Order: sequence, then structure tokens, then C-alpha cells
Amino acid sequence: MSRLEVVSPIPGVFYRKPDPDSPDFVKPGQKVGADDTVGLVEVMKSFYPVPAGAAGTVVEFAADAEAVVDAGQPLVVLEVDA
Amino acid sequence: MKRLLIANRGEIAVRIIRAANDLGIETVAVVSEADRSAAHALLADQVVPIGPAPATKSYLVADAILAAAKETGADAVHPGYGFLSERASFAAAVADAGLTFVGPEASVIEQMGDKVRARQVAQAAGVPTVPGTPGGVSDVAEAVAAAGEIGYPIMLKAAAGGGGRGIRVVANEAELKVAFPQASGEAASAFGDGRMYLERFVRAARHVEVQVLGDGSETVHVFERECSLQRRRQKVVEEAPSPGIDERIRAGMTAAAVRLCKEVGYRSAGTCEFLVDDDTGEFFFIEMNTRIQVEHPVTELITGIDLVAEQLRIAAGEPLRYRQSDVTKRGHAVEFRVCAEDPERNFLPGPGKIGDVRLPGGPWVRTDTWLAPGSQVPPFYDSLVAKVIVWGEDRATALRRAKRALSELVVEGVPTTTTLLIELLGQQWFADGAFTTGTLEEWLTQRAEAGA
Repeated sequence: MSRLEVVSPIPGVFYRKPDPDSPDFVKPGQKVGADDTVGLVEVMKSFYPVPAGAAGTVVEFAADAEAVVDAGQPLVVLEVDA
Repeated sequence: MKRLLIANRGEIAVRIIRAANDLGIETVAVVSEADRSAAHALLADQVVPIGPAPATKSYLVADAILAAAKETGADAVHPGYGFLSERASFAAAVADAGLTFVGPEASVIEQMGDKVRARQVAQAAGVPTVPGTPGGVSDVAEAVAAAGEIGYPIMLKAAAGGGGRGIRVVANEAELKVAFPQASGEAASAFGDGRMYLERFVRAARHVEVQVLGDGSETVHVFERECSLQRRRQKVVEEAPSPGIDERIRAGMTAAAVRLCKEVGYRSAGTCEFLVDDDTGEFFFIEMNTRIQVEHPVTELITGIDLVAEQLRIAAGEPLRYRQSDVTKRGHAVEFRVCAEDPERNFLPGPGKIGDVRLPGGPWVRTDTWLAPGSQVPPFYDSLVAKVIVWGEDRATALRRAKRALSELVVEGVPTTTTLLIELLGQQWFADGAFTTGTLEEWLTQRAEAGA
């Protein structure tokens, strides 16, 4: 078992949910696949989905909802499946 | 009007401050935390911080902007484009605060901003709209009858649907008879409503828009702009006059725009957007933009009219200074939008710190920008960093000058679309003016496949 920090590919604003009225993409304890979206980063009016990158279990969010993030900044922490 | 607050940022805020200065009006800039040393903040007489970087916490907060106006004693507010510029509630709040809103009345913004109501206004003014069945039809026989009047090809879409979901194009009656029950059935199960809209499908469409100026009683048109070169519905290159319409269409379309504005007593600068069927030459009103537009400089270069200054004069209560016969055009102007995006990485936006900047110059070259060496491109707003606008005595001359001007532009530190724009200038179809609203994306797709 190892931990993986899912990082933002670009600077921008991090969103945990697809739109204001929806639930978060993921929550701690949830199983995810490598291609599952864990959040969105908005940069210059474009929205980029952030994939988990590996199959595993969500441990926690590493960035606040609607936080301003830099490229490379951790957004979500995963426990990667062995 | 003595002191103008500019409720915007970027190149348009800079543009408005300059027009106000030319008229001897003092200026107040509002800035988010990301824009404290941005060009509009440096140029304005006063600067008021209005909140954190994201626009939803600053440039979109009407109360913060009104408080800034009150605090600085501004007597007028210019909304620019985007942000709050077409929110009727903001125009109303500005007026309720006893200030002058630089734009039409809230009721007109509301009326012209709503597609269904704008379509009704157009019909009342005798302005053609895309033939269709706004009420929707529910069975095949009704659809066939309606299609006979509208004319093929026809676009079918669910009356209750949204976005582009479930849109079908049918070429003739036989296809309609097959497609209608399928589409209607799908709509009934997806939305609980099987009614379908029918609308004429224009295969080869151009986007041409007419600039207008009105003072509430008089209206003039300031000719048209061709804006067909788009990527994901964002304009990339705009020009005036349109290379895709002839004098007959131009006369009909500009007259239609004036009728439309007279119908609502339009006051300020505005733009009536039309879709032109490149095969038949028919034009249809789509919607009206009740604000200054990004591409307004091409109109300024062919007519010599400062559209932002005229907006300010009209808002200050002056009558329109031009009769239609005073508005004349000369030559050809083209605008290229330079964005901080990487065309080789699917237009990935590239915010960051700007290094060196060298802007194009020389005769008949205008660069509207907020860029300066050492400035910052924030990730929070749109990616437009500069507009390079050129004029020439004819289109070919303007395009040669554009290539020269874009080649002079240097922006270090962030990716830009400059080289792609230069490559575009080398395409024969562009030189020939032979394009429709789908052409740019088709070219980009071919280009990506060739490079892959």
C-alpha cells in the first residue's frame, strides 16, 4: 500500500464538485479507478477534470473547495491499491 | 459625467480609461487582489480594491462595485464586456443608486438578452429570424406541414431539451418521417415531453454582425463585422467590412438592424448578430449584444468613429452626433485575438509571469493590450492578452500588414497563439475570404492530424 498525492496539472481554482448543486466528485473512504475524476481546476474560464491517476481509496482532500492552487499542488490524497 | 468607474479589467478597462481621458472625464478603476498592479489600475486616477482574485468574489460582485462608486464619488459606471455588462439587475442597481449606467436601460437589456423575446421584437420590426416552430410540434403530420413552410434541411431538437442533446438534421420529407417518431420518442422518455422544435438548418453559415449607435430616438448603423472564424464559439479573427456579403445583403442587414433598434428605442452602442446562409445569401437575426464588443476596433478603423467615446457621450445625455449619411467607411480592418494559450497543446491556457514584451507598431497598426514587461497573467480571468488590429486600403493590404505586425509581436514568459495566427494568414481560403463558422475548427483538426 502506498500513498499518492493527486496534484493539480495547472494553476487555477480547485472545485470538488462538478457544479454548485451537485455532491463532491469523491469523499474520503471512497474507492476510485485511475480514470475517475476527483475534482476540476478552472484556469482562464476553462475547466480541466483531474483524474485520480491510479486505482485506490480516497484518504482526504489536500486543498479546500474553491482554493486557489498552483501547478503541482496536492489536491487529493489516495491510498493506492496494491 | 465627471467621474467614471470602470467595472472591468484587462484590455477593455484600459480602452475605456483612455476614451474617458480623451473626453476629460476622471476615472476610477476597481481591482481584485490579483490585479493591484495591472495596467488598468496604473492608468486610472483612483483605484479601489473590491475583493479576492476569483471574479465571483470581485468583478461579479455588484454591491462591492457600487460601494466603490459611492466611496469615490463616481457619477457613472461603464461595465465593459463580459462580467456584469449584460445583467439587467446590475444596470438597474446602478440607476437606482442615482448613477449613470453606460449602456441601455435595464428593461432593454432584459428584452434583447432573452432569445425568445428578442425574436418577437425582430418579428415586430420586420426583421427575419431563422424560420422555425418556436412553439414546438407533437406529431409527424404537423412536423411535415411545418417543414414544408420552413424549407429543408431541417434541424430537429427536443422542445424540453437543453444543450446540443438529441439534435438531428433531416434533408427531406422522407427522412423527416423516419426521424421524427424516433426523436420524439426519445425526448418523451428523456424529458417526459415529446414535442420537437423544427428549425431551418444552415449548412454553410457566416456570423456577421451590425454595429449600431442609438440615443433613444435616433439610430445609425456603423456597418458590419465578419466574425465567422471561431473556435469553440469564441471568435479568433474579426474583420470589417465582411468579405462574405455583397452590397445588397449589406444594405438589407444594416437597415434591419436599425429597424430593430428603433423598435426598442435603443440607447448606447450595441450589436445585432446575424446568421448568413452562404449558399442563398439569406440573413437571419440571432441576438443582440447590448454592450461594447471585443472586436469593436475594426469598426473604428474603417469609420474613424470612437465607439467607446460615443457610448460615453450618449450616456451623458448628448444626442447622437451622426446622421446615417455622416457614417462612411474606407478600406479594410482585421483584428487578431492573441491569447495566452498553447495551440500545440490543445490551447491549454498558460498563466504566468510575463518576461519581455515588444508590441507591433508602424502605420495603421493598433495593439489594444494590458501587457507590460514583468506583468502577470492571472489564471482567474479570460486568456485574451492582446488584440492586434490593422487597417489597409483593401483586404489584401490589411492581411499583408497583419502578417508583418504579428511577426513583430514578442511576448515572453507565457505561451501565446501568435504563431498560429501567422500560420492562418498563410492559408489560401483565408486570403480568399472563403470560410464559414465551421472552417477554422476544420482547419485546426486537419492541422492536428497532420502534425500527429
